[in-house]
Formats: sequence, C-alpha cells, structure tokens
Amino acid sequence: MTDLNTHVPSRIERPSAIAFLGYAAAVVIILWSFAGAGFSVEKVVTSPPRFADFIERAFPPNLEARTLERLGWKMVETLQIALAGAVLGVILSVPVALLAARNLVAGKWINQTVRTTLGFIRAVPDIAWALIFVVAVGLGPFAGMLAIMIDTVGFCGRFFADDMEGVDKGPAEALTATGARKLDVVACATVPAAMPAFVSTSLFALEKAVRSSTILGLVGAGGIGIELKVGFDLFDYPSAMTVILMIAVVVIGIEQLSGWARTKIIGEQR
Amino acid sequence: MLDKPAANTQPVGTGAQSAPVLPVDIRVTGLSKTFGDVQIFKDISFGLSRGEAVAIVGANGTGKSTLLRCLMGLIPADGGTVDVLGTEVTSANAQALRAMRGQIGLVSQKHNLVPRLSVLSNVVQGLLGKHSGIRHWSQALAPAASRDAAMEALQRVGLAHLADRRADRLSGGQSQRVAIARALVGKPKILIADEPTASLDPSAGEDVMDLFFGLAKDEGVTVVFISHNITHALQYGDRILGLSGGKMPLDSRADKLSETDLRGLYD
Ligand SMILES: Nc1ncnc2c1ncn2[C@@H]1O[C@H](COP(=O)(O)OP(=O)(O)O)[C@@H](O)[C@H]1O
Ligand SMILES: [Mg+2]
Repeated sequence: MTDLNTHVPSRIERPSAIAFLGYAAAVVIILWSFAGAGFSVEKVVTSPPRFADFIERAFPPNLEARTLERLGWKMVETLQIALAGAVLGVILSVPVALLAARNLVAGKWINQTVRTTLGFIRAVPDIAWALIFVVAVGLGPFAGMLAIMIDTVGFCGRFFADDMEGVDKGPAEALTATGARKLDVVACATVPAAMPAFVSTSLFALEKAVRSSTILGLVGAGGIGIELKVGFDLFDYPSAMTVILMIAVVVIGIEQLSGWARTKIIGEQR
Repeated sequence: MLDKPAANTQPVGTGAQSAPVLPVDIRVTGLSKTFGDVQIFKDISFGLSRGEAVAIVGANGTGKSTLLRCLMGLIPADGGTVDVLGTEVTSANAQALRAMRGQIGLVSQKHNLVPRLSVLSNVVQGLLGKHSGIRHWSQALAPAASRDAAMEALQRVGLAHLADRRADRLSGGQSQRVAIARALVGKPKILIADEPTASLDPSAGEDVMDLFFGLAKDEGVTVVFISHNITHALQYGDRILGLSGGKMPLDSRADKLSETDLRGLYD
C-alpha cells in the first residue's frame, strides 16, 4: 500500500543533541531560580496558619466613618494623580510618537534614537521613577504625577507610533498626490485614521496609571499607598485591609469603565 | 522654474502627427523602474498633449500604477526622465514636486478618502497642495473661499447634499464621486484616474466614467486613465497606450483600434 521509498515521519521527533542540551539547561536554570527565590517547603507548610492569623486580625476591615472619609479623600487624590499624569503623558506622547514612527516625518536615525529612549523609560519601573522625582521635586503628589506622566510617555509614545505605522497608506498617498506637505498629510490622513487606536491605547494607559498611583505612596509620592504602609507599620491590619479592598474596588471599577468607554467610543465605528 | 517653454511646445511623438501643435503636458523619455531585482518596465517613452484623453491599458501587475507613481514623483524611477507641466520630475526638489502635484488631480481605485472625516473636509483637503497649513485640515477651519470651492466641486459631482456625511458611510459610487470632487477642487490641468471603476459594480462604474469624462471635457484638461477594461478604454480614450512585458508595445489612436487588437496585450 505504502510506497517503501516514502518516508513516514515518526510520531515523536527525536531532539537533536543541541536541543537536548538546551532543554537540560532550561531545567537547571529554573531549579536554580527556585533556590534564588528562597523557595522553602517548610515555609509553605507553616504559612497557612500565619496567613489565617493575619486574616483573623485584619477582619472585619476598619469601616469607621472617620477612617473611611480620610481614606476616601486619599483615594480621590490618588485618582487625581493618575488622571493628571495620564492626560499629560498622552498629550506629550503624540509629538514623541510622530518622531518614533518609521517613514512618517523623521528619518531612520531619529526613529531609532526615540524608540531606544522610550524602551529605556519603560524599562525603569514606575516606583523607581517616583523615587527619582521625590528627590527632584520633593515628597508629595506632584512627584507621583510626574512619575505617572513619564511612565505613560514610555507606553503611549511607543504604541501610538506603532498605531500610525499600521494605518492604511492610501489616504496619505492621495493627499501627497495633491501636493500637500508631509506635516499636512500626517495631520489629515495618518492621525485621524489612527485615532481609534489612540483612544484604546490611552484608556489602557489610564488603567495602568490608576494601578501605579495606588502604590506610589509607598515611597512618598502621594496617594493612598502611604496609608497601606502606615497600616502595616503600626500593625493596624483592619485599616490596611480597608485600603487593600478600596484599591481593588477602584482598580476593577476603572477597568470596567474604560472597557465600557472603549466600546462606546470606537466599538461601533471602526 | 515651472515654465520651460522649450519642453512645453513640442508636438507629441507617436500617433499625433496629424494633430495641431498643442503644448505637451507630460513627456516620458526612456523611463525604467525596478523593485529590488524585479524589472517592472524598461525604457518607456511617450508624450501627452494638452486636452488629450489617454487610456493606459495592460494586465494586472504590469506596472500601470507604478508608472503613474513615477509620473507624480511619488516613487523614484531608476532611469530616464519625466517632464510634467514643465517640471523635471526625476530631478525636482520637494517644493517643485509639490507645485507640480498641485496642478494634478488624482482619483484612485480605492478612492482613498480619509475615513471618519466629513465629505466636505475630504474635498477641502484637495486644496492642500495650493494652501498648506492647518486651515485646510478640516472644513471647520477652512476659509470661506475654500469651503465655497469645495461645495461647488461637490455640486458638480451631484453630492452637495451629503457634505456633512462621514466619508466611511458612503456607498462605493458616492465615495468615488467624492474622490473626483477632491481631485477637481484645485482646478487641475491634468486629471489622472487609476482604475477608477475597479471597485464599483458595472452600473455605478458607467456613471462614474460618464461623470469623470464629462467634467474633464468641460474643463479641457488632459486626462490619463488607467484601466484593464478594454471597452472603457476604447469608449473614453482618444488614444491608447498598452503596457505589456515591461514595454509599451501599443501607442495608437483609439478609433484605429478594435477590442481584438487590445486583447493581444493580455496574453
Ligand atoms: N512598493 C513596491 N515594492 C515592491 N514591488 C512592488 C511595489 N509596488 C508594486 N510592486 C510590484 O510591481 C508590479 C506592478 O505593480 P502595479 O504597478 O501595481 O501593477 P498594475 O497597476 O499594472 O496592476 C507588481 O508585481 C507589484 O507586486
Ligand atoms: Mg494598479
């Protein structure tokens, strides 16, 4: 039935020697990482009781009216930091993205420089930016806002640029053919076409900003994070639990809101 | 710089010996183009006089659109020269290229309107070649004269009543007519259409062709239209240029040709 000269592939391909070495190395690296992370079976076994102890001491969360009011205002400040930083970041990202997008207004060399810089900005964690700005402008929400802003530029600058590179080139060519300048073509054809993607990316940036802004307080950059730190430092676990629950509620709420806004603004009019 | 009388008054070479001496709008000499290792066309020459309607025909992928992009300086050619309205396209600087393009109206197969903007904004943007800057980015910012010119162009394609409709909410025939209005609004000397009916159903296609050539004859402009529709080419073209195998084996007056003559190009 089968032509004897036909090669039938085996069910399981035998790995080559190099692939085998690769797998072995991966296993060794993973085990070594567990060691580095201080993985200890003993701690896993003994921690459930201690975790239960924490839960017992944290519940019920602190729901006193005065505490709730104080934390509520701290949460408002947190959202203000997130919104102000994200809006400034999104606005700054537009010119940055124009320089980062290939074949748009800037040459290859500028594209690469801007993209590398944006990569660096993203590589530095938001909490590290907050520490830097606390040193630069002092403790308080302004440092937090600047940290959120630069974090947003790192994110939106890159993705706005990708969005603009991805749009249909037809309208841009049609306007170039009318004799329009490059800047006119970008403003009239490229940016409007990329607008739905910009909106979507900006909403993600806002979600990310809200999540970041809740912990910036840990390093004194404003917002509700400081209450979390104080709660744990003073063993006031019920208040700390209230903060954690508030953060969870607000972050989930913002994600819902932004998902709703995304479909509302761009969902039906792609 | 824009006026080079010497290049502007020579009669057209092939196929036009009997015609009166008209200014030459486009003269292509020895034009070649490759993409990477692929030779698209080689050593093509032709000239077009003012007021002529020329059909460029050829099978899919023979390089008709590429030829057009070379004419407008949208992509560089590898060799040869292109002279459009007295501008030496292959060596012109950006400013001279823009001035030349400002005198040409282009309508393409995919219409290429800017989606999400209004019909009127799209037509106003047709003036960007003459007026650079933010005032022609949108109808909302445009000077009254430009809005009027755009409305007039829309009226001529019969779509003034759709001026505030979003461009991506039009039927195929409507959006192609908006593209024609955008091409006409700057009062071009040359109209170029690249397969203007390819994405339309046959009856909308006829309407668009009738409209396009009616307007072109009214204005006395030179028309270049690319088509792989032999019937359209013979019906609307005064002259037919045929592209095949990287050469231009056909350059003849339309009334001397039959459909069978053109079929040969597609083998
Ligand atoms: N920018 C480009 N890069 C590489 N190849 C291209 C490019 N544009 C067109 N081509 C190729 O050149 C050939 C001619 O294309 P085109 O001019 O669009 O043909 P036509 O308009 O006659 O159908 C095609 O094979 C196409 O794939
Ligand atoms: Mg084509």
